[in-house]
Amino acid sequence: MADDSIRLHYTVPGDDFTRAGEASADLKSRMKKLGLPPGAIRKVSIALYEGEINLAIHAHGGDIDVEITDDEVRMVLSDQGPGIADISLAMSEGWSTAPDEVRSLGFGAGMGLPNMKKYSDEFDIQSAVGVGTTVTMAVKTA
Amino acid sequence: MQEPSVHSVTLNRELCKGCINCIKRCPTEAIRVRDGKAIIISERCVDCGECIRICPHHAKRAVSDPMDVLNNYKYKIALPPPSLYVQFNNLDEPDVVLAGLLRLGFDSVFEVSRAAELVSEATRRFLQTSDLLRPVISSACPAVTRLICVRFPQLMDHILPLIAPIELAARLAKDEAVKKTGLPREDIGCIFLTPCPAKVSAIRAPIGSKQSEVDAAVAVKDVYPLLLSAMKKVGQVEYLAQSGRIGLGWGESGGEAAGLMTTESYLAADGVENVIRVLSDLEDEKYHDLDFVELNACSGGCVGGVLQVENPYIAKAKMKHLRRTMPVSRNHLTDDAAALVEWDDEVVYNPVMELGETRAERFARYAKMEEILETLPGLDCGSCGAPTCQSMAEDVVRGFSSVNDCTVLMRRRMEAVLRALGKDE
Repeated sequence: MADDSIRLHYTVPGDDFTRAGEASADLKSRMKKLGLPPGAIRKVSIALYEGEINLAIHAHGGDIDVEITDDEVRMVLSDQGPGIADISLAMSEGWSTAPDEVRSLGFGAGMGLPNMKKYSDEFDIQSAVGVGTTVTMAVKTA
Repeated sequence: MQEPSVHSVTLNRELCKGCINCIKRCPTEAIRVRDGKAIIISERCVDCGECIRICPHHAKRAVSDPMDVLNNYKYKIALPPPSLYVQFNNLDEPDVVLAGLLRLGFDSVFEVSRAAELVSEATRRFLQTSDLLRPVISSACPAVTRLICVRFPQLMDHILPLIAPIELAARLAKDEAVKKTGLPREDIGCIFLTPCPAKVSAIRAPIGSKQSEVDAAVAVKDVYPLLLSAMKKVGQVEYLAQSGRIGLGWGESGGEAAGLMTTESYLAADGVENVIRVLSDLEDEKYHDLDFVELNACSGGCVGGVLQVENPYIAKAKMKHLRRTMPVSRNHLTDDAAALVEWDDEVVYNPVMELGETRAERFARYAKMEEILETLPGLDCGSCGAPTCQSMAEDVVRGFSSVNDCTVLMRRRMEAVLRALGKDE
């Protein structure tokens, strides 16, 4: 079924907070048209929304590549941001480096990466300081 | 779940000019223009009434019952909603409205606000005991519940499984009347004075119950002039009103949620576009700390219903005045009523927005849809009869439309032909 897969690309701008969430909303509406299970749609939209917020807050923007295949939705979020020095620390709940102005908007509670992992069936993060970060998430739909 | 005949919202083909106002406004993309006239896709329509509001030619209307429906019953009960009272000026108490209804030929009145106070209490109990997913979403606005059933499958498990106050009012009123008159049930008519088409449809195709005890629905705008003159003839006013602040509050946005009293952790949104934004954010679990969400498809809540007479914001100001000296609540839930208020029928997701029956069909159509969308101009002009290029592309893969309906592409082709013939300019 590989050639039947649906590929989508989104660019998340780093300078406009108000646009974070557009990719997850768009992907959600496409998944509904495809009649994918509500539980999977929920997991994808929550995980991707968190990812978009991270790209906007921490990475000055980035790219999202999505592949919808017969049995999963795979999302790859990549950026050329500052990178993460200690990934296991970043993955712990409540740990945050978000600046105050971001927290005042209700973001930056230190749940972004933990939630992305929680709502994914498969999760991988690769990061290098000064180079950037790539997060891969997959949610099963079958 | 729905057949064409259950809808209250209908089109008068004579008056329809085939403009694109309604197709653009519809929250479920349920309207298309075909051969110069609008058509409503029945299984998508949630009877919110937005198309009635927007149509400049009054071609869309809500079908409700005429006043002479009263003649069908030996004993006639009026079910006035709280929003009815605030359609009138200079009102200090609801009693004169109720007395006016009796003068119009009703044998008794049962205020919907009485039942609303019972539903408030049942909801309060429900929130304390149930493990339904939070936040619990109100099911009182039938247009919102149907919208969730069509567009928000993930939220089905959040819907409050209690019948609406109007339905409970009818059940209680009919039981009471049977006892009082000894008449058979079918001779007793419960007639609702409806602010909106969604509630008319909810009588024909009930939500959460197999059958409605409401027998007919007369539009507020139809009863209003008759009721106004009847009210002027009312002499000594009896104390007929039997509900309090909570019951009346249900007539406006925020009233149902505020009537819970036991939680401050709630949200109330009104107006169909705002409702959609909230539902969409609820899907993404952005408000997981909330206990309760009240949503009304009409701006202002039921006072904003498309069959009302008064400006909804003036109505809200009058509501404040009317409620000022009322007791908090005057109706309390008995065990009998508590049993009546629970849903006895399933409410299910209605996947009409999906692209096909099987997954293979949906994926194939999706790919085709994307191909078509590439070729369309992306102006969302509505000239083809679909609200957006996206919905046009979906219609084409569903076999419901043809790319040739795109007038912009057609014009480009014409221009190319003219150029080829050397007649350009």
